[in-house]
Amino acid sequence: MLNQGTMTLIDLANPTRFLALTARVLPWLAGATVILLAIGLYQAALAPDDYQQGATVKIMFIHVPNAWLSMFVWGVMSLASLGTLVWRHPLADVAAKAAAPIGAAFTFLALVTGSLWGRPMWGTYWEWDARLTSVLILFLMYLGLIALWRAVEDPSRAARAAAVLTLVGAINLPIIKFSVDWWNTLHQPASVVRMGGSTLDRSFLIPLLVMAIGFTLLFLTLHLAAMRNEILRRRVRSLQMMQASRQAA
Amino acid sequence: MRLSGRGINCVRGGRAVFAGLNFEAVSGEALAVTGRNGSGKTSLLRLIAGLLVPAGGSIELEGGEAEMTLAEQCHYLGHRDALKPALSVGENLSFWAGFLGGERFDASEGLSAVGLDHATHLPAAFLSAGQRRRLSVARLLTVRRPVWLLDEPTTALDTAGQDMFARLMRDHLASGGLIIAATHAPLGIESRELRIGGIA
Amino acid sequence: MSALAALIRRDIRIALRVGGGALIGVLFFLTVVVLMPFAVGPDLALLTRLGPAILWLGALLASLLTLDRLFMADQEDGSLDLITMSRTPLELACAAKALAHWLAAGVPLIVATPVLGLLLNLDMLATAAVALTLLAGTPALTFTGMIGAALAVTLHRGGLLMAVLVLPLSIPVLIFGVAASQAAITGPLSFGAPFSILCALSLVSFVIGPLAAAASLRHGLD
Repeated sequence: MLNQGTMTLIDLANPTRFLALTARVLPWLAGATVILLAIGLYQAALAPDDYQQGATVKIMFIHVPNAWLSMFVWGVMSLASLGTLVWRHPLADVAAKAAAPIGAAFTFLALVTGSLWGRPMWGTYWEWDARLTSVLILFLMYLGLIALWRAVEDPSRAARAAAVLTLVGAINLPIIKFSVDWWNTLHQPASVVRMGGSTLDRSFLIPLLVMAIGFTLLFLTLHLAAMRNEILRRRVRSLQMMQASRQAA
Repeated sequence: MRLSGRGINCVRGGRAVFAGLNFEAVSGEALAVTGRNGSGKTSLLRLIAGLLVPAGGSIELEGGEAEMTLAEQCHYLGHRDALKPALSVGENLSFWAGFLGGERFDASEGLSAVGLDHATHLPAAFLSAGQRRRLSVARLLTVRRPVWLLDEPTTALDTAGQDMFARLMRDHLASGGLIIAATHAPLGIESRELRIGGIA
Repeated sequence: MSALAALIRRDIRIALRVGGGALIGVLFFLTVVVLMPFAVGPDLALLTRLGPAILWLGALLASLLTLDRLFMADQEDGSLDLITMSRTPLELACAAKALAHWLAAGVPLIVATPVLGLLLNLDMLATAAVALTLLAGTPALTFTGMIGAALAVTLHRGGLLMAVLVLPLSIPVLIFGVAASQAAITGPLSFGAPFSILCALSLVSFVIGPLAAAASLRHGLD
């Protein structure tokens, strides 16, 4: 019994340092996020309306960072999966598991803002536009990954399966993107206005860049906080297991 | 109360397991069913529990509740523990208490009698095999049934667990209960042996 | 009555906890519906016309595939023995399990329908019609599907065999479910007639499903 207890403590040595470090970093990161997002939103509000799309173009300032993060988070998870499979780093699967719901949330926001942006152009909330359709498939893959994490109670057992799935997904994403583009042009020759197709004016580019960095910092903040939660959740779990194996006095 | 079987034939998968089996047990008595592997110890318990249909013969309980079937007055403790790993220890027990119904006792007392009161809120997935067996035993204590059908009840239990279980069985017999147990190992209580399947 | 309530509560809890399958059904539904446009093309007018049929097919497959383990899990851990022996009639216990399954896995499908209707360019009326027909029809799918789930336990085979057994039984539900939604959207048939038949199918399945499932569980005891 005592042996098992010390084992667990050694296993958590690395995460313990991580918890201490992030406790100091997190407030600064959150502050920087708030400041950048505030500046970005202010600049976005000042940016001129588009001569074609009017004020709706400003949805772009939310949509594009979310779309960027939907892919960036999968990249982070892929790196973490390599960490799980190749280097067996104890924090890798914590990072991968914590990132999945956040990535799904950003992807969902990209879908919603994309559909709101397209509404005046299309006249409907949803059009099977090549870009949005690819994002939708990415969203399904995120949900599948979350379902996989939830299907197995023991996180270390789920980690390897999730890591394999994440890497396969990373390899497949370009293929899916290409197929969807091909499918889309096959069915409708390019006639509708495509989003973000035209070159961007400087007055758009700078706020967009600020927003993108702000959202990336937001992701980092949320991710670190979620990793802390996951580490604590696993500690609770191992404490519970120790308590269960204790015989009643 | 008297539980008796007369001329029971058991056929499983086209093979006659035993034929013309007679047995009898009365209140306060434990019947230890012994025999080699495959002689039909488990089958006999499942016949009594109504989980198998006899190919011939009859099983009757005299002096029980008139409007209930035999199976409804039995507890069956099989090889499998009937526990859900996703639920907590307390949830598992209170489900069976609520579902089985009838006369009930305090679930927390049942848990402390089997030495699991420290684990009430923990998921059943964290229990060891012996602890799962203890939790199943707590079910027998929480819901009152006069007849206990036990299939190798002491496997997975450690020495302390076996002593604890023997004490609980003695209490059950003293309160007018009746036990039929299929077993290889000694039960740890006074019992009458019913040997089936001839000589090993 | 409290015994049945305990059984329903337990099954819903298990379905919603880690390892439970309730939300995977919704994800499957979503995936099937998203697949369709890739097969028939992104033409919105066509998708609008096919919408109710696509949603119904998706819901049908999603609710049947999650039924697979309705009795299997209880059989594997020995719970089914105790349920069979209990003072609650097996028919009622089966009905309670099916109801719990519908609440945990069927209702989320109906809740997801408006979102999927958006993807298929269905308007408010059409989405409402499909959701309403699903509300009336999915209980029939669950309660006939449970017969297959019970047979799967008896035969010690799950998965595809069960789907093959049950899918033909669910054809009437599909016919009247899609017919009622189409009637509400385009006419010329009245919505009332097919919808009443759909409700009737559900009511009949409430009787036949538990009886047949309990009978096959009893005969499959081993």
